Amino acid sequence: MNFVVCLKQVPDTSEVRIDPATNTLMREGVPSIINPYDAHGLEEAIRLKEKVGGKVTIVSMGPPQAKDALKKAMTYGADRAILLSDRAFGGSDSLATAYILSMALQKIHETEPIDVVFAGKEAIDGDTAQTGPGIAQRLGFPQLTYVIKVRELTETTITVERKTESGRQVVQAQLPALLTVEKELNDLRYATLPNMMKAATYEPEVWDVNSLPFDTKQMGLKGSPTSVSRIFAPPGRSGGEIMDAMKDPSGVAATVVQKIFQQNIIMVSPLAKGGKR
Amino acid sequence: AQVTPVAGGDVWSGVWVIIEYTNGKVAPVSWELLGEGRKLADAIGCGLSGVITGYQVENVIPEAFAYGAEKVYVIDHPILKDYRSEPYAEAITGLVKKYQPEIILMGATSMGRDVFPAIATKLQTGLTADCTVLGIDPETKLLQQTRPAFGGNIMATILCRTSRPQMATVRPRVMAMPERVDGRAGELIQEEFTLEEENFRTKILEFISSDARSAFLDKAEIIVAVGLGIAAKRNMVIAEELAEVLGGTIAGTRGAVEAGWLTHDQQVGQSGVTVRPKVYIAIGISGAIQHLVGMETSDFIIAINNDPEAAILKVANYGIVGDLFQVVPALTAEFKKRLQHGVAN
Ligand SMILES: Cc1cc2nc3c(=O)[nH]c(=O)nc-3n(C[C@H](O)[C@H](O)[C@H](O)COP(=O)(O)OP(=O)(O)OC[C@H]3O[C@@H](n4cnc5c(N)ncnc54)[C@H](O)[C@@H]3O)c2cc1C
Ligand SMILES: Cc1cc2nc3c(=O)[nH]c(=O)nc-3n(C[C@H](O)[C@H](O)[C@H](O)COP(=O)(O)OP(=O)(O)OC[C@H]3O[C@@H](n4cnc5c(N)ncnc54)[C@H](O)[C@@H]3O)c2cc1C
Repeated sequence: MNFVVCLKQVPDTSEVRIDPATNTLMREGVPSIINPYDAHGLEEAIRLKEKVGGKVTIVSMGPPQAKDALKKAMTYGADRAILLSDRAFGGSDSLATAYILSMALQKIHETEPIDVVFAGKEAIDGDTAQTGPGIAQRLGFPQLTYVIKVRELTETTITVERKTESGRQVVQAQLPALLTVEKELNDLRYATLPNMMKAATYEPEVWDVNSLPFDTKQMGLKGSPTSVSRIFAPPGRSGGEIMDAMKDPSGVAATVVQKIFQQNIIMVSPLAKGGKR
Repeated sequence: AQVTPVAGGDVWSGVWVIIEYTNGKVAPVSWELLGEGRKLADAIGCGLSGVITGYQVENVIPEAFAYGAEKVYVIDHPILKDYRSEPYAEAITGLVKKYQPEIILMGATSMGRDVFPAIATKLQTGLTADCTVLGIDPETKLLQQTRPAFGGNIMATILCRTSRPQMATVRPRVMAMPERVDGRAGELIQEEFTLEEENFRTKILEFISSDARSAFLDKAEIIVAVGLGIAAKRNMVIAEELAEVLGGTIAGTRGAVEAGWLTHDQQVGQSGVTVRPKVYIAIGISGAIQHLVGMETSDFIIAINNDPEAAILKVANYGIVGDLFQVVPALTAEFKKRLQHGVAN
């Protein structure tokens, strides 16, 4: 079976830099990692390949240095890696990003029909969680988001557990399907020596805007309906009263509790009843 | 602004809120959004509508009017009984194409974050995720959509200039709940929709409900949250006793979850739940930005930390600098004394 993993390289610190002229992200100089959720998608793809046989292809869109993330991903046992890289792709919002990635997946699908696509629940930088569903929609694959467990894979179906606010939904989808995954899905493996050696000499394929019949009006800043108009630091909440309880913890605790009741922040009657939960 | 609508030359008008109705319950964020939608519609000078999709939804309709919808669109169909992406996306997209609202909002819940990107792709329009602030530009009348990104380290205001509708998902519990006025009426539009089961490629086999306490963390009134400062699982009892006395719910940081003291559903923050309780008691929590974004809109914050420089103290209404192993049991004892005797002062 053919598995495709959408993998994004993301900055690994919470340090963020923004180009004030275009309001787009400046990646230069910021250390990068594989988006953590995508690593779990890759892990699951490799596990399934080990079980049923087949091939794992990784697809990423990003600047040339995203090759590093792909090479790293190869050390876990993927078979092929494709980097979509072109200036024309820069500044794409989630609609445009999903368009570009779906074009690449469509191309793969023509020669090696895809069974399951894995994407992360979200990327830790843009964190919209919109790219996976966008790709599924464009390819016409059913989408299964927030997947925490793959229960069964057959020739024609995949059965997963999805996380929702009130519990777990067990859903079966016809193949091909796209999954967006949570970290609970699995535990990551370590790279093996043979795979590391294979990856050391592996060069990811690079596809640019001319590699596929792209509609350039659907990509980049111009092809993106949403744009970042302003970026700013989150508003800080102004602090209140600081109390030193190092010397007299009980005294301070008594004062705090007294103030809380005086200001009706917690009221006596409803809580006395609700105390047992 | 130059707008290239999906279908050329059409008029896009009105604010819509998609009301999330699953397992017989409305997600409260739907009502919060009707409250917020009212403000937006007033700023633009247009109408406010609610959209209810599901099966046997009659009893939700009067509620939507009570929370401020002038119009309610209903798609009631057995296929929509349990939430699935495909039929929901198809139904809502059909409605949007027909009536052409200018703005559509939905909660940034697992359902909103699943169905909205599918709809936006079908409509080829922009979607802003996880908004915490919405506004209308007085000149262009564009929807200003503000959201945290980069793990909450930055806020970004996003505009959707070139396509319609403008779509946003909004985090639960960041907008105020509007007043409910029972008996209010409005226009009801029941849409007949053909949805064919054979067009859909997913089947729900089972639903496993999770522990109600942590499942409803976002609705808890009092939260006792722990961080790595608690040091060991056996010390959780200190927090549990305080929660017991206050009738509160236990939650915590990603640190505490990763240490195995809490489950992932109990995590507050960027990659966990956003909470807005009346009282949030933070015990041995440093106050990393990713934690703060999930709890700083709490009405009242009490933090206990032995490091006077801890960031959590800067957002707390009462910041107690001290050893949690002494302060928390003392707080529990004080609360117990007053709550048991029913004396406030
Ligand atoms: C501050 C800021 C705010 C933004 N807000 C919005 C917004 O509200 N709406 C919007 O449409 N865009 C927004 N964007 C743009 C958005 O971040 C980019 O479009 C990005 O390319 C894709 O979105 P994401 O990072 O949110 O990924 P997500 O949609 O969160 O990623 C989910 C999964 O999709 C896959 N994936 C995503 N990107 C790639 C890639 N390049 N290569 C391979 N796989 C990938 C991965 O599997 C990933 O785990 C914003 C950007 C910034 C800088
Ligand atoms: C992309 C991303 C997403 C994230 N999402 C989340 C999220 O959703 N939620 C979240 O919480 N975190 C999240 N984090 C992690 C976050 O950055 C912090 O690492 C985490 O919140 C720290 O947890 P903590 O406060 O429990 O631990 P620490 O930072 O280790 O703080 C422990 C605190 O306890 C205090 N302390 C120790 N002993 C005592 C004592 N005896 N008495 C009193 N005080 C004491 C210390 O002074 C310290 O301030 C995320 C990180 C990233 C990068």
